[in-house]
Amino acid sequence: MKWTHAVAFALLAVGLAGCSKPKQVQPETTTQAPVDSGAQTSGLGSENGPATGAGAMSAAQQQALAALQSRNIVYFEYDSSEIRADYLSVVAAHAAYLTKYPTARVRLEGHADERGSREYNIGLGERRAQTVRKALILQGVTEAQVTTVSYGEERPAVEGSDESAYAQNRRVELVQVQ
Amino acid sequence: MTFQRAQARPARMSIARAFAWFFVLAGSLATSAHAQLRLDITQGVRDAVPIAVVPFGGQAEGGPNDVAAVVAGDLQLSGRFKPLERRDLVARPTRGEQVRFEDWRLLKSDFLVIGHVAPEASGLAVEFELFNVQTGQQLLTQRLVTSERGLRATAHRIADLVFERLTGVRGAFSTRIAYVAVDGRPPSQRYRLMVADADGYGPRIVTESSEPIMSPAWSPNGQDLAYVSFEGKASAIYVQRLATGDRRRVSARSGINGAPSWSPDGRKLALTLSRDGNLDLYVLDLATQGLTRLTSDSAIDTEPEWSRDGASVYFTSDRAGSAQVYRVGAGSGQEAQRLTFTNGYNARPRLSPDGESLALVTLDRGAYRIATYDLKTRNVHVLTDGRQDEAPSFAPNGAILIYATRTGAKGTLAMVSADGRFQQRLSSDSGDVREPVWSPFPPLQR
Repeated sequence: MKWTHAVAFALLAVGLAGCSKPKQVQPETTTQAPVDSGAQTSGLGSENGPATGAGAMSAAQQQALAALQSRNIVYFEYDSSEIRADYLSVVAAHAAYLTKYPTARVRLEGHADERGSREYNIGLGERRAQTVRKALILQGVTEAQVTTVSYGEERPAVEGSDESAYAQNRRVELVQVQ
Repeated sequence: MTFQRAQARPARMSIARAFAWFFVLAGSLATSAHAQLRLDITQGVRDAVPIAVVPFGGQAEGGPNDVAAVVAGDLQLSGRFKPLERRDLVARPTRGEQVRFEDWRLLKSDFLVIGHVAPEASGLAVEFELFNVQTGQQLLTQRLVTSERGLRATAHRIADLVFERLTGVRGAFSTRIAYVAVDGRPPSQRYRLMVADADGYGPRIVTESSEPIMSPAWSPNGQDLAYVSFEGKASAIYVQRLATGDRRRVSARSGINGAPSWSPDGRKLALTLSRDGNLDLYVLDLATQGLTRLTSDSAIDTEPEWSRDGASVYFTSDRAGSAQVYRVGAGSGQEAQRLTFTNGYNARPRLSPDGESLALVTLDRGAYRIATYDLKTRNVHVLTDGRQDEAPSFAPNGAILIYATRTGAKGTLAMVSADGRFQQRLSSDSGDVREPVWSPFPPLQR
């Protein structure tokens, strides 16, 4: 196996997007540290290092960002991509932040529960992420501020094959990447 | 054919144990001991044919290169045969003239395989004979030249020849499976793409990442694997040459890059892209990188699978509300036809090697199960009885399918015969295993 290739590809691709998950220390992630700031589950840890080219964040923005940290997941019903009424305020809070700080960026990570086939679940996660994206844009966020990715059932929030686990895994995480 | 039902269960247990022992040995020998797989027969076939496979002369019994054990294991794995337990073997003939057929008739063994291994100038020679116990007729004999390292491959080859002679169907024991193994708990998981022999022996890591890896697909010549990796924080499709490890990133377009499927000639990949925020099917020409769009629908269109002639593509779509299987011509702008109508969910079609049926995931009385869909009669036949069975893949001879299931909270692999009568699990030592795909036949050598 040519590990040099794997590392080269990983490096090449890393520049494309921010990231959201804690990672084990490994060569490909340590070497791209400058791009990979704020790499926490919540995706809001900008205090971990300076974001490339973005400049320092005002105290007010940092405070606003911190407030979003606890409200960054939208959950969905089975086989549905409709934003439930109780999560409209989560989307609105992120929209308000993004419109106030036009250089801010959000990454929408769509997920599905483990039932059914994996690639179809990638489709369900994408559909959920797109629903949240459209809601943000309707509230004045620009297209350039939003990226989406679907992990389908590949990155569950919790383990388990019961209704409670499924409900926690059907979600979109709104990850502020700056 | 006569057989002893009462004996069936202990015989199976013993083979399973023998296999477990081999995989333990394999683990200590192989450079990577990740996700070893063990066979565990869960549902045998009542009319499996009894066969005796006598330890081959010229080699010690036990260990990973025990030719007779590998042959017996393969025949057992097919579900069609029930090899005699070793301790029940009444004699240890290694050449035809040593066989007393009345002994084997008493054991109600229908067939007998014997053989021996001998050193020769260029390595090792393995000679075997297959007999009909009732008539005493020699059905097959062959001499195969190999090396110590090649003994398992030779044993699989012998199992292939015996299987074909007795069933008329080409054996698929000299093949491999690819699968994804996942260790660790969310959100910190390690994903590995693995390749092992069809009996689970000798797993090797093809690639690994802290980001998801999914949807492996064998090229038609068995030399490359296409797969999806999120290592760049977004999905991309890679094609990797197994022999060298060299790989290419063939699709990393904005949005989703998923569900790669090789065209029968190996020149194109059907895949799923989400260029306008919605999943549609495309065909990527691997040489020119040219893209042809197959579907333009606001629904999820994914999981393409080529027809045998390469003229059309089967796929999953929820354009009618729930996931169902459709077919569309492989050119641009053709109209898709819906194929499945029974059950509220039918997804991930995989074509049988004879091109006459699709294996798919169906929602059967509240559970996700593997079924076959007959393309002519449109009948759906549910094969499995799990709660969350998925990712069916046919062996290249069409006789058996491998799929992913759950044992407790753990993802495991399982096999089921194409008629649903025989089932077995492949349990893994660690973590989840999922998305098994059976390789094509190796090139013919006869």
